Amino acid sequence: MAVNLGYREYFKSDAMPLMWCSGCGNGIILRAITESLSDLQLPPHQVVVSTGIGCWGKADDYMKTHAFHGSHGRALAFGTGIKLGNPDLHVIALMGDGDALAIGGNHFIHAARRNMDVTAIISNNFNYGMTGGQYSPTTPLSSKTTTSPMGVAEPGFDVCALSEICGANYVARTTAYHVTQMKKFITAALQKKGFSVVEVINTCPTHFGKRNIPGDTASMMKHLKDTTVSKTRYDKLNDEEKHNYMVTGELVNRQRPDFLNVYKGYKPGDPEAAGGEGQK
Amino acid sequence: MSRPEGIQLMEGNHACAWGAIDAGARIFAGYPITPSSEIAEVCARELPAYGGIYIQMEDEIGSIAAVIGASLSGKKSFTATSGPGFSLMQENLGVGIYQEVPCVIVNIQRVGPATGLATKPAQADIMQARWGTHGDHSIIALAPATVEEMYYLTIRAFNLSERFRIPVILLGDQVIGQLYENIKLPDPESLEIVERKKPVVTPEEFYPYQPDENGVPPMAAYGDRHIVHASSTCHDLTGFSNFKAQTNRALLTRLKDKIYNYTDEITDVEHFGPDDAEVTLISFGASSRVCKYVVGEAEKEGIRVNLLRLISIWPFPDQVVQEALGKTGAVVVAEMNQGQLTGEVNRVNVTNTPVHLASGIDGELISPDIIMTGIREAVK
Repeated sequence: MAVNLGYREYFKSDAMPLMWCSGCGNGIILRAITESLSDLQLPPHQVVVSTGIGCWGKADDYMKTHAFHGSHGRALAFGTGIKLGNPDLHVIALMGDGDALAIGGNHFIHAARRNMDVTAIISNNFNYGMTGGQYSPTTPLSSKTTTSPMGVAEPGFDVCALSEICGANYVARTTAYHVTQMKKFITAALQKKGFSVVEVINTCPTHFGKRNIPGDTASMMKHLKDTTVSKTRYDKLNDEEKHNYMVTGELVNRQRPDFLNVYKGYKPGDPEAAGGEGQK
Repeated sequence: MSRPEGIQLMEGNHACAWGAIDAGARIFAGYPITPSSEIAEVCARELPAYGGIYIQMEDEIGSIAAVIGASLSGKKSFTATSGPGFSLMQENLGVGIYQEVPCVIVNIQRVGPATGLATKPAQADIMQARWGTHGDHSIIALAPATVEEMYYLTIRAFNLSERFRIPVILLGDQVIGQLYENIKLPDPESLEIVERKKPVVTPEEFYPYQPDENGVPPMAAYGDRHIVHASSTCHDLTGFSNFKAQTNRALLTRLKDKIYNYTDEITDVEHFGPDDAEVTLISFGASSRVCKYVVGEAEKEGIRVNLLRLISIWPFPDQVVQEALGKTGAVVVAEMNQGQLTGEVNRVNVTNTPVHLASGIDGELISPDIIMTGIREAVK
């Protein structure tokens, strides 16, 4: 009988307390990831967590799996190499909104297009928390941040729509409030062959929340509950109402072949494929 | 295609790709750029037959990232590029150095800065190879001067990277990369191939950054039961973040010492021409080929000239260059840039030997005239 792997086999509890601000949802996401790994009973040595830079980029410090902590925005590019080097590994890229979609935007769209068998878990708190609350590529239009004191003049990315159009096999959005749903989506994403994305809308009481959402940390959590609806409900709203809500749920679930599947399907050594050496 | 047998007229870039394959490289991640793209093309065609993978990344930042990731998963990995791409790689080159990831970066140099005189030859990335990424660090760089060396030095680059757990730069140039010469690839079985040292302790006793006696930690791969935590943040031997002053000092010191204490082992030079000379040429790569011709030309003018060719550039062979400076009347450094190597030669010039620069920045192979002018000036 195999040993049952509890979430503490993945979570480095001796690194507690977590470095994140009180009221930040990152700890909730971390718990959901480690519980999903436990539910799937994935051996920790077959899992690699690849993180970028930023608040959520510190998550590897709490993981007992293999881990890679690299440069800002590159978690998916490193993760792509990790997967190519050992296709049996489960590679999970943990990125914030700025990390994944500003500096790492190019790697993100191409990892999705390639349909690399990697799971991206994006903690979206709508700003750069680590550096003091500047606006990010997901900050909603007109929101106030330290670098948009009058309101941000750029519309934000819809992470899930972007993932879908670029080719991801699995795309889901949830929030730090919806813990059960979050775990369900992460578990599904980890099992999915091809590129999978789980966007978790997160609180940032220290920066973004303080400037844009009235009330204390608890009200910011409640705000996540009050401003999200399922796709079915969202579709029934009129345009004005839609402006006030975000869709949560499994938004894409398809079976496109992933990069390695296609690549390994080709036969090597076609002599007509390219110019031979020594023939010029 | 299969591995070329017998004597072949082969391009330098092709020889480099075969060197990598024979060294055991199984992952190539790159982005097309002239004059290095043939290395990518050979890898795309040949690697699948070796169970390897070619991937074309979205840019050179992603290319070196994928190379580093694949190496941490246990596969020998490499990339090839030229100036603009090498610039983009500097960020993650630092990650590779800091996390001690064996891999090879081939830079087939062309004229810069920026797009420069695309895609004509230059040797102006010497200092970028040394100091391009931010922060204190060590690096190894090798400079091939023939097609045969494109093959053998690529293998040596992999061997050094595996032995010392450090990214190694193969600093070629457009002349050598796209030069055709005869080469006979050796029997791969006859080659000495170095593999990274694996941990001998149990997974429970394993620390991913516990150095061995030569300062290099044995390396487990992602997927092994020995858990690896590779971090671009200051880390202790567990691999986890550690912000203590002594941790930072110990890490930076070890990363320096593990290379600089082995400079003699890494150093590779060629002495050409008479032992005693009035003028010593110091050069590398394509320029050194012209120097060999100039040694004969100078003799016709009655000037005794020899050549010290640097085959390894970094770590700089201080001692060998110092000895050469001490034994000669004057030195002429021949290089296709505005004096990057000359600066290093002057740095170690404790004998105050006159040092002249023969600089070729015309976007073509440095001419014998430029070097002869330097020699005549030196003996004036």
